[in-house]
Amino acid sequence: MKIPRFSRKTLCIPYAVFLIFFVIVPMLVIVFYAFTDKSMHISFDNFIRFFSDPTKLSTIVYSLVIALITTVVCLLIAYPVAYILARSTLKKKYVILMLFVLPMWINFVLRVNAIRELFNLLSTLKGLEWLASANYFKTVFGMVYDFLPFMILPLYTTMLKIDRSLYEASADLGASGVTTFLRVTVPLSMPGIMSGITMVFLPSMTNYVVSDMLGNAKVTIIGKFIYEYFGSDWHMGSMVALVLLIVVFVSTWFSGGFKSEENVRGTNL
Amino acid sequence: MKKQIAFKCLKAGFIGLVLLLLYAPILLLAIYSFDKTDMIGRFEGFSLSHYTELFNNPKVLGMIGNTFLLAFFAAALSTVLGTVGAIGMFYCKKRVKAAIHGISQIPVINAEIVTALALAVTFVAVGLGRSYFTLLIGHMVICTPFVVLSVIPKLKQMDNSLYEAALDLGASPMKALWKVVLPQIIPGVISGFMLAVTLSLDDYIVTVYTRPSGFETISTYVFNATMKGNAHTAQTLSSFWALTTIIFLVIVLFVLISNLSGLRKKGGAK
Repeated sequence: MKIPRFSRKTLCIPYAVFLIFFVIVPMLVIVFYAFTDKSMHISFDNFIRFFSDPTKLSTIVYSLVIALITTVVCLLIAYPVAYILARSTLKKKYVILMLFVLPMWINFVLRVNAIRELFNLLSTLKGLEWLASANYFKTVFGMVYDFLPFMILPLYTTMLKIDRSLYEASADLGASGVTTFLRVTVPLSMPGIMSGITMVFLPSMTNYVVSDMLGNAKVTIIGKFIYEYFGSDWHMGSMVALVLLIVVFVSTWFSGGFKSEENVRGTNL
Repeated sequence: MKKQIAFKCLKAGFIGLVLLLLYAPILLLAIYSFDKTDMIGRFEGFSLSHYTELFNNPKVLGMIGNTFLLAFFAAALSTVLGTVGAIGMFYCKKRVKAAIHGISQIPVINAEIVTALALAVTFVAVGLGRSYFTLLIGHMVICTPFVVLSVIPKLKQMDNSLYEAALDLGASPMKALWKVVLPQIIPGVISGFMLAVTLSLDDYIVTVYTRPSGFETISTYVFNATMKGNAHTAQTLSSFWALTTIIFLVIVLFVLISNLSGLRKKGGAK
């Protein structure tokens, strides 16, 4: 019998098996747990409890608002930064870009701790005492601080691809700077905006490390629920996770799928 | 002309301001890591006590060791799995390729906490419990897709006829992959590995859900110490200022060296 010729395709088998066992199966397990009760019978109780609990619903609204503000602030800071850097004629502009990414290489929790210390110091100053209890402000600040590079990098990469002659053509045809910006730069950088938003919005809705450490544990976001249920009720925890999962898929759908080229997670410089 | 100069200053000023905000917390910690006391606010006098505390506390050293070992193993395994997987995927039929690619994206776009909970519940449900093995798997789940993402573009850029030529010249497929394909994609493999290391080092959430009891990394340790916030933790916390400063200096040095040695000739985000 002839041994079948080695095919390069077979190399994908280990990874495919890995994905099935540790990505697909866990998702199915979550769905199963979400729709069963403690004795493993099918039940919609979790679903009903989740959507009829006013504290849950208000937390979702809070999380959404925090995530929305974080995303908008990130975009407002990152867009000019990316635009200035991408259009800059400086030879070493990537060094400046790297300066924006550098802090990300410090451990995430250490970084949040640093912000916490900074706020502790600032709140002892005259006129800034209000900072001590400004939990929501501090949370949003921390999230913007942590997720800003996720917004800058995809924006920068898409803007770098824009052909410079388009700006000139626009100017030659009589468009003002503002018109060129609005009708050339913004539409062409849309893919970057979209992937930046997906990279920032979701973590800021779920990353309870920031809200716990900076919000004096007074700010509860959706992610925290999962943590709390993890200790007590896995079925309810799975339901919350499932809701988040659906949010992820719907938002990915709306942003037109996920583009891997724009997905730069900072360190891939 | 004047307007242009003013505009330039405005741009530089904006960039500077954002950078200042980004670096203020780190610089603050760096300065106070050389202070005698555990309090930020007044500088009482130069001392290296936080540094000696950092290197003499076996608990702290243990958790730093845990963090780096875990990152190394998780990244190494992810890199092998991801690179082999990416090569395999690349030559699969379009449908299969799209399916694997799609599934591979799930951990990338998903909220980390959902991934973490799903893994933890699954591990316990099938009786694996939580051990170093599950922790490693957890980290691989978040790292491997990024390795795949950084290898695939290199495969696309590669000249496919080289592999065929190697086969024609009598190399076995394995040898052709090892000697011809791998050297072509090695930059992607290396950047995938680096990315995996940083993702693993940075991770808090997946670690908390999949770790064996008593296992601490920098992230879990600092988080718990911060949330407890008593006199004892104040002391260990201040030794983390020293740790933050050291990590920061290492990074700055790394970037300086790699810039000076011209490793990044091409520049820009890739």
